[in-house]
Amino acid sequence: MTSLPTTGSPTRRAAPRAHRRTGAGAVIEGLKAEGAELVFGMTGGAIMPVYDELFQDGSLRHIIVGHEQGGAHMAEGYARVTGKPGVVLTTSGPGATNLVTGLADASMDSTPLIGLTGQVPTSMIGNDAFQESDVRGITMPVTKHNYLLKRADEVPRAMAEAFHLAQTGRPGPVLIDLPKDVTKADTDAPHPEHVEMAGYKPPYEGHPKQIRQALDVLKAAERPVILAGGGVLHAEAADELREFAEDLRIPVISTLMGLGNFPMDSDLSLGMPGMHGMGAAIMAIYHSDVLVCVGTRLDDRITGKLDEFAPRARLIHIDIDASEIGKNVPAVVPIVGHAKPVLREMTCGARAWESKPDWTPWRRQLGAWKHEYPLEYDEKSNTIMPQQVVEAVNDALDDDAIVSSGVGQHQMWAAQYYTFRKPRTWLTSGGLGTMGYGFPAAVGAKFAKPDVPVVCIDGDGSFLMTMQELVTAVRYRVPVVEVIVNNVYLGMVRQWQQLFFDRRYAESAMQPPKFEKIAQSFGALGRRVERPEDLASSVQWAVREAEAQQLPVVLDVIVDVEECVYPMVPAGQANVDFLAGPESIPDGQARRRAVA
Amino acid sequence: MSKHLHSISAIVVNESGVLARIAGMFARRGFNIDSLAVGATEDSRYARMAIVVRGDDRVLEQVVKQLGRLVDVIKVSDMADDPHVEREMALVRVHTPAERRSEVMELAHVFRAKVVDVGQRSLMIEASGKHEKIEALIEMLRPYGVVELARTGRIFLSRERAGGPTRTELPASENGQSEPSTAEVNS
Repeated sequence: MTSLPTTGSPTRRAAPRAHRRTGAGAVIEGLKAEGAELVFGMTGGAIMPVYDELFQDGSLRHIIVGHEQGGAHMAEGYARVTGKPGVVLTTSGPGATNLVTGLADASMDSTPLIGLTGQVPTSMIGNDAFQESDVRGITMPVTKHNYLLKRADEVPRAMAEAFHLAQTGRPGPVLIDLPKDVTKADTDAPHPEHVEMAGYKPPYEGHPKQIRQALDVLKAAERPVILAGGGVLHAEAADELREFAEDLRIPVISTLMGLGNFPMDSDLSLGMPGMHGMGAAIMAIYHSDVLVCVGTRLDDRITGKLDEFAPRARLIHIDIDASEIGKNVPAVVPIVGHAKPVLREMTCGARAWESKPDWTPWRRQLGAWKHEYPLEYDEKSNTIMPQQVVEAVNDALDDDAIVSSGVGQHQMWAAQYYTFRKPRTWLTSGGLGTMGYGFPAAVGAKFAKPDVPVVCIDGDGSFLMTMQELVTAVRYRVPVVEVIVNNVYLGMVRQWQQLFFDRRYAESAMQPPKFEKIAQSFGALGRRVERPEDLASSVQWAVREAEAQQLPVVLDVIVDVEECVYPMVPAGQANVDFLAGPESIPDGQARRRAVA
Repeated sequence: MSKHLHSISAIVVNESGVLARIAGMFARRGFNIDSLAVGATEDSRYARMAIVVRGDDRVLEQVVKQLGRLVDVIKVSDMADDPHVEREMALVRVHTPAERRSEVMELAHVFRAKVVDVGQRSLMIEASGKHEKIEALIEMLRPYGVVELARTGRIFLSRERAGGPTRTELPASENGQSEPSTAEVNS
């Protein structure tokens, strides 16, 4: 698997010589020149010239999706496991508006994505023509950048710029809106070999002075912690993170988007922070005196009540996007740069220290907290507990397997109970919280990594939102495993209603179909699992049988209805007041005083 | 921390949709714009935006950084760091019966404003200068009856600095050198 550098000059093939072709031909040529191999899409009136060129060219693989949102999430899944931009192609109007959720999702989680949309001819723009919508206007706030092309001559440059923007700096989605007359007209403008944009210069190296200052702050620390996010994965900097942490023996907390950036079974790993984070991670952040944040935007699910997020810590914040530094939490040492060279420099600098600080007492304290706040749940003899489903998946897969999720309780259980050890093995919708992300993302990932098992741990509500993509998975014989943690509720909503709305379950109960029959009618394999003793064997069967038959498998696992996700920080409260379990009455004052 | 007005100058690509992109970003992120003026620069490929925003220092920092993230924004400057000239222009039509005409004209004269239209019942006055001066003129004219008012919003340009560049460097050519757009936090 080739992985492109996410910053600096992207490697690209030699640009083809200029010759006359249509705008649509230039789109296809651009895709090939930028190294795209796979396009997810759905055809329609305004995009037909591009599809015609795609058909005539015949060298790009195109995947027909059931719905454009599904296509966008497939492209995201593909992008997140490869590091290369996923490409999604749709028609104008509804085709393009169906793409919006995927673009917003990619924007929030910094996933490199190229959206290509058809548009009505330029002469009709603004006339409310059939299947016209202002796609540039609609997608402006949910893309890193977007284009509405007016001439065929603009196509090659826009294609090159879009790929450059999507995968360098802070990655993100870029959209090109292609009016039908633009794709039909001829152009001999060449695909540029080199992209130079006056307003776009992504940073790479961190400022040496800032790195020196960060090292001084770190050296004086007594209770340091590293908080590492998804940016570490985008930067391919997991090795650098590991080296930095292990060299200095600093504990690491991985955010939801960062899971896999550090092996969770390492003695230095404290797991996930935040609203459903581990008790030890929350305590570590609260009591830390230096917090090294790398590639995380410190969003509200991580920080909880801001005043009490790391109240004693001096913050070192490393991010490639300057606007993320100081946005939510002020930093003592801001470092704008790419995580890879910055972490490398930090490790280098620390190796020159005459003596290494001894943080053994602090690590001992963290060990005690891990012991005091374990992840736990009560088993039941006749009912499958949702956490057991994740454990069964964890047991059935090796380190290289890829796991995706929808959004809600099952997502948090997956994040808590699955042991992530490697980068790019976890696909989830962290920022936007898009129910329905998991299954199509798994399908897209499997296209990219056919030799690795791909399992979606999903919710019944989430799967219902994009399950039409079974049609895609069956058509192309994509052997993904969909494991539904079925509690016949929108479980996270129900949990909040249970805890904070006196059990008034307003519209959170589901009436799911028989998912195994749905699967079978699509031509996939399906099985319903109800008894705890059948769980492990069913998961193993699903993983094995998917590969054997080269078909998707849906496991509908019926789980305990009222189980809640713990630990939990009630919205708006300080993380340190987390509820450890259903009977937990937190002694917040004692936790705040735990370190003198 | 000050809840002040901040003057920001941005060089942006002079293309359709750029104003919408920038105005949309301000609205989406909840920044309060007091005024925004756009016009071409000496190089027709670029436009200069003069933006006045209200907020504390943290808001200002975010505004500058968020502008810097936009691909169409070439350069952002906080004018507080820079000695500069600021101007705003206003056209004011004042209710002016014949017997008070000379009085209003006298007032305009004090503010170095020009009378640009004379009618039976009103005068139109053109004024330019600092925001505070325009405000003061309008206040003085109010008792007569301001019939209609049009204002441009503020524009600003840096003064020549000793030894420094006399103008904001724009990218030389399409493939030439260019300015970093990301606000430097760690300089």
